[in-house]
Amino acid sequence: MIKFVFSKLMYLVPTFLGITIIAFGFVRILPGDPVLLMAGERGISPERHAELSALLGFDRPLWVQYFDFLGRLLQGDLGNSLVTNKPVMTEFLTLFPATVELGLVAILIATLIGVPVGVLAAIKRGSWFDQVSMTAALVGFSMPIFWWGLLLIIFFSGILGWTPVSGRISLMYYFPDVTGFMLIDSLLSGQKGAFASAISHLILPSVVLATIPLAVIARQTRSAMLEVLGEDYVRTARAKGMSPARVVGVHALRNAMIPVITTIGLQVGVLMAGAILTETIFSWPGIGKWMIDSISRRDYPVVQSGLLLIAGLVMVVNLLVDLTYGLINPRIRHK
Amino acid sequence: MALLTIKNLTVRFATSTGAFTAVDGVDISVSPREVLAIVGESGSGKSVAMLAVMGLLPDTATVTADELIYDGHNLLTMSEAELRKLIGREITMIFQEPVASLNPSFTVGFQIEEVLRFNLGMNRKTAFARAVELFNAVGISEPETKLKAYPHQMSGGQCQRVMIAIAIASNPRLLIADEPTTALDVTIQRQILDLLMDLQEKHGMALILITHDMGVVAETADRVVVQYKGRKMEEADVLTLFENPQNSYTRALLSALPENATGDRLPTVADFMAAEAKP
Amino acid sequence: MSETVVKLSDAAIRRQILADFWFYFRQNRGAVVGMWVFLGLVVLAVFAQVIAPHDPTQQYRDALLTPPFWQEGGRIEFLLGTDAVGRDMLSRLIHGAQYSLFIGVVVVSIALVGGIFVGLLAGFFGGWVDTVIMRIMDVILAFPSLLLALVLVAVLGPGLTNAMIAIAIVYQPHFARLTRAAVMGEKEREYVTAARVAGAGTMRLMFKTILPNCLAPLIVQATLSFSSAVLDSAALGFLGMGAQPPASEWGTMLAEAREFILRAWWVVTLPGLAILISVLAINLMGDGLRDALDPKLKRS
Repeated sequence: MIKFVFSKLMYLVPTFLGITIIAFGFVRILPGDPVLLMAGERGISPERHAELSALLGFDRPLWVQYFDFLGRLLQGDLGNSLVTNKPVMTEFLTLFPATVELGLVAILIATLIGVPVGVLAAIKRGSWFDQVSMTAALVGFSMPIFWWGLLLIIFFSGILGWTPVSGRISLMYYFPDVTGFMLIDSLLSGQKGAFASAISHLILPSVVLATIPLAVIARQTRSAMLEVLGEDYVRTARAKGMSPARVVGVHALRNAMIPVITTIGLQVGVLMAGAILTETIFSWPGIGKWMIDSISRRDYPVVQSGLLLIAGLVMVVNLLVDLTYGLINPRIRHK
Repeated sequence: MALLTIKNLTVRFATSTGAFTAVDGVDISVSPREVLAIVGESGSGKSVAMLAVMGLLPDTATVTADELIYDGHNLLTMSEAELRKLIGREITMIFQEPVASLNPSFTVGFQIEEVLRFNLGMNRKTAFARAVELFNAVGISEPETKLKAYPHQMSGGQCQRVMIAIAIASNPRLLIADEPTTALDVTIQRQILDLLMDLQEKHGMALILITHDMGVVAETADRVVVQYKGRKMEEADVLTLFENPQNSYTRALLSALPENATGDRLPTVADFMAAEAKP
Repeated sequence: MSETVVKLSDAAIRRQILADFWFYFRQNRGAVVGMWVFLGLVVLAVFAQVIAPHDPTQQYRDALLTPPFWQEGGRIEFLLGTDAVGRDMLSRLIHGAQYSLFIGVVVVSIALVGGIFVGLLAGFFGGWVDTVIMRIMDVILAFPSLLLALVLVAVLGPGLTNAMIAIAIVYQPHFARLTRAAVMGEKEREYVTAARVAGAGTMRLMFKTILPNCLAPLIVQATLSFSSAVLDSAALGFLGMGAQPPASEWGTMLAEAREFILRAWWVVTLPGLAILISVLAINLMGDGLRDALDPKLKRS
């Protein structure tokens, strides 16, 4: 088990370096002078050009720039946004909790609905429930989520007027940022109706974001359960006279969950991509929207760092998934 | 008074290429304390018939029979809940692949104590003590340590001993053993068979032994049923079967034994059947 | 009556394999429906010029935001209504099929060829070649695909071609991984050793001996990537990074329609519906393909 953990950790290092190289390289592979590019159409005076070049280190050889970049990165310095002039790290930390909150709720919805549906579909294989739920899953999985979000807005916000169209909480509430999680902060603030407002703002975006992971998890759970239900040890459990509930719920599920948990973990990467679209549609002030805005504003330090941080995050989550897999798979845990 | 009576058992599977009849009108009966061997090639339906009795077949199987009676209980008309009071308690079964038949995610201790706690109502301490006793009875050394092991940490022979321990835990009156030694090392096969016969005598169980090995049949069985392609070919007590087989298929099986080989080519069942077909 | 063993010619064997495959594929009703829908889309795309009632870029100034013909205010010549600058929705949607299919084919081709090549190299040569290649693939996979494609397009400049290249690069590792795994599995088998002993060179071994046996998972992944490509390129179009207006790509149409979601539902609903139907059809086919090609999974 120790060897397993160690080898996974060792694997992290070269991959992380690779990520930094790509993030670093993006800005520099642009044709033409990077400083001019950043200046945009405004143009720039030669003195200002030389000043910026020296400031941003573009006049030095490439590999020096890279190590410089890497060094600063390890100290947590990601440079400043060209638009706001504030440190990228600070902006990231401010916006990050919004995305995390959205992602967590989405993954929760996806798991709490997806797993039971998958299990039931497997138990009642071939029944109408199985066919309907798996078709629904396929539809969910084939859906362009930016369109799905717009549709839900038309219906729930436009026609029914039940939910707001954008933001995290109604503008009439204001309270200090304790955790950055609106659900928690609104409760802490003690203001009447704040929590309800937070929830009503959260519900539509998280459902939209949860759609694809839910579909994938339901399908994966079903196929994992089907495979496990055909195994010899499930037959033994039945031969021992165990009740059907116990056979499925204890004997089968425990083994089926091993690949399913891996799937759930891997959905985090999917969530990040989905978050970009969801946050854009719902004007949710998280990292996804921040990246989009920065890309269109050509705020390269932000784009570069954002890429790095997001990829790094996905990498860490994948590592945790791998480690968890090692823990829950008894063949690996007990050498 | 037979313990288990099966009359005209038929099992059909629904497959993508149509219905497949695995068991075709088979009659079998077992008396208390008797050792019955069901012998035949792979595909003869011997396992399927017993799995049908236990109710362990998948939904794609249709089981029909005129009679399926265990100790006066009509298995065909009993509810699922009632059946579960018999299966796993009075009638138990062990399978061919012992390691695969144990749940890889739980310790073997968990899996045997489960039977003791759920079927026999023991509490944790009693169940643990009894599990140790059972492990000793089946010849597993250091039972306290082994109880905490996982199936993949044990050998095939050890896992089969665990399965046997689980099967005799509730003092069953009928134990069905489906090719219990086929997947094991030749050296271990002997030990497991001896263990089974020993336990059968000690506990006074009826034993249905499914096998394709005529040598095992000769050593262990009281009576023998020969199956081929889902149908019963012959039934006789063991001595009669070996000395005076009535059915041509039985004769073919016996002649295919390496012990009976003369000449330089071992006859196969197909050879024999072809030879018998010629006038 | 003795049966002589008939030796089938190569062509006959291929026909038999196809017939077997079709038998299993046909059993999945959804897959067959998906296939027909997909073929319908192909027909629409190929004959778009002929089928579409109007020119997709033609703006009818007198018919801005006309609803579909069954609603009040709708006109029969614009069956599905018009958009904000008076272009016929139906014609734009039909032409959109051209974009989607084109994108799918191009992206999958690039990713497939590149991925297979890289995967063959890695699987076949092993050692440090394998390690380096797989590390690079892992790095690419660490980035959420849409994000990476987005940044790539931002760097290369928005537009359809760049969007396709970006997406293809991002999908490549999936094919590379599959190929590599399949190659590593097949490499040790006897038929490969036999071919090698018979004097087959490296290239021949890679392409003629091993590759044909790895095709099944690649085909399934290809259909998955096809549908993902349609979705991702629509997403890029929606974000303004893909096909640029006035192109009638479905995602781009959605981007232009965003401000009208409450006023003119058809401008928003219909392009998205088109995407959904296309992707669903391809995924249904993919499911059917997977079941038909993988004998383990579905039998009885």
